[in-house]
Amino acid sequence: MPFEPVLTARIHKPNSHLLSTYRADGGYGAFAKAIYDMTPEQVVDLVKASGLRGRGGAGFPTGLKWSFLPKNHPGPIYMCINADESEPCTFNNRVLMEKDPHQVLEGIMISCYATRARVAYVYIRYEYGDAYRIMQAAIDELYNAKLLGQNIEGRGFDLDIVMHRGAAAYICGEETGLIESLEGKRAWPRIKPPFPAVEGVFRKPTVVNNVETVACVTHIVKHGAEWFKSMGVPPDPNNPRDAGSYGPKLYCISGHVNKPGLVELPLGVTARELLEVHGGGIWKGRKAKACIPGGISMGFMSESEFDTPLDFNGPGRVKCLGLGTAAVTYIDDETSMVDVLYNIARFFAHESCGQCTPCREGTGWMLKICERLQRGQGRQEDLDLLVDVADRIGIIPGTTICGLADGAGWPIKTAIRKFRAEFERAIQTGRRNIRPLQLVGAH
Amino acid sequence: MAVLSETVRQKLTDLMPKYPTKQALTLPALHMVQDELRCVPLEAIREIADLLDLSPAEVYDTMSFYQFFRDPQHPLGKHRLWICRSLACQLRGADDLIEYFTTKLGVHVTETTSDGKITLETAECIGACEGAPCVLVNDTHRLNVTPEVADQLIEELRG
Repeated sequence: MPFEPVLTARIHKPNSHLLSTYRADGGYGAFAKAIYDMTPEQVVDLVKASGLRGRGGAGFPTGLKWSFLPKNHPGPIYMCINADESEPCTFNNRVLMEKDPHQVLEGIMISCYATRARVAYVYIRYEYGDAYRIMQAAIDELYNAKLLGQNIEGRGFDLDIVMHRGAAAYICGEETGLIESLEGKRAWPRIKPPFPAVEGVFRKPTVVNNVETVACVTHIVKHGAEWFKSMGVPPDPNNPRDAGSYGPKLYCISGHVNKPGLVELPLGVTARELLEVHGGGIWKGRKAKACIPGGISMGFMSESEFDTPLDFNGPGRVKCLGLGTAAVTYIDDETSMVDVLYNIARFFAHESCGQCTPCREGTGWMLKICERLQRGQGRQEDLDLLVDVADRIGIIPGTTICGLADGAGWPIKTAIRKFRAEFERAIQTGRRNIRPLQLVGAH
Repeated sequence: MAVLSETVRQKLTDLMPKYPTKQALTLPALHMVQDELRCVPLEAIREIADLLDLSPAEVYDTMSFYQFFRDPQHPLGKHRLWICRSLACQLRGADDLIEYFTTKLGVHVTETTSDGKITLETAECIGACEGAPCVLVNDTHRLNVTPEVADQLIEELRG
């Protein structure tokens, strides 16, 4: 049976962003079902049973996250929607918010009902100006239709949704960085525990969920947990920690492909199928050299690893950090991995928030070494030095508060492990391809 | 003479009931000031602090964390033009595009053209990779930016 798009079913329709068209397509039916026929606990149990895992990058089971909230808390409980989609090469949430904002809002409303949150803050990155305005207009429509505010549908359920704009900082995508930023402070991630479910924004119990995650909640309430589980991949029997990868997923295809874009598929498509069937193959008649499976933090897959399924468990089997945001960037065989790695190292050095010394200094050192390699002044020992720095920074070695440094180290480690010969050749031949532009201090 | 306009003060007061603390209005306040004045002067920081019951140092601390906000020595021009330099765009020609814009506008990255119309910046991924190389004009995306599109864009912004 061919796959029918779920999350992107409406995005090509005219005026898909309006409440009227959304309602004509059965919109807010799932919300009505939740508030009329289900208790909050039943919604939580349903989401747990569906196996939905967070779409933001870490893949934590959503229902489980909700159940960490303290029971019988007097409130307030807050919902934060992470729309700070800043992982390079990722744009799925932008498309959802621009083209089908009500689907996202319905998901937020159901999630708030389930978690007893009475205010939801949608923290959206500044760069998404259009998405911000479209979401705000959709929220205004809901207030006018009395679907937001006090005593919604006469069911005693109050809810406010507030759009909150960021200011162009990657670290705000980390959930406690987001919380600090929302509170009006510098976005320094917090030491956990306490986790946000216990003490989050404004020191109250908080759930932080990704935009695509809450959009999935809408469809789970509409069609049920079994329907959701009919898509995707069951848990890997060889990996006791794998909770399965169920449901549809938005894959962002970018880089050296003929058809970059967004495609919705059941979790578990291989990198090769995504490239050849949906991305139109590598551009200019060239061959693929590598790809990044889910945002640059995840590290590299070499072409020989393209048959890896892109589910929550797959990329880890080829030593990538994980599925991440499922934003797959393909790199052709005429591209130097030295240049690619330099670009990535520059990103993390720029975006390290500076709170933890190993990350602040380590990302800077890795950038300096990558810069040296790119200028043709690399030394043989630089490769092991890079890996050494990368191995020592992050939450996995236990030296930083958040995972930014793990994401900075992973591309370095996988690039050098999988493309070492190319880096060695670059060092031996001393290629110099620096552009005058790169000498200009860009901030 | 107050730096914060009445409109900004009113908008901030209107936002207050939406948040349990006044400090949460720091980012919205900084955005409003920079939108109006093209930078955040120290006097504005003092006034924001007064309005939100904070110390100016707290507001300054937040402001300086986000390199997004400009001090009065480096105000933005009328438009901010950000060129994405992250991986998906770099693979499809972002470096050439940055060079094209710097040459065409006669400014380095972070600088403003002499007519005060365009401030050129590079951005980390702006989330429009399906249209790489892409740029952000203030807060609106422009996709698949070829030199022709770039010329047209410059003309629009200068007009």
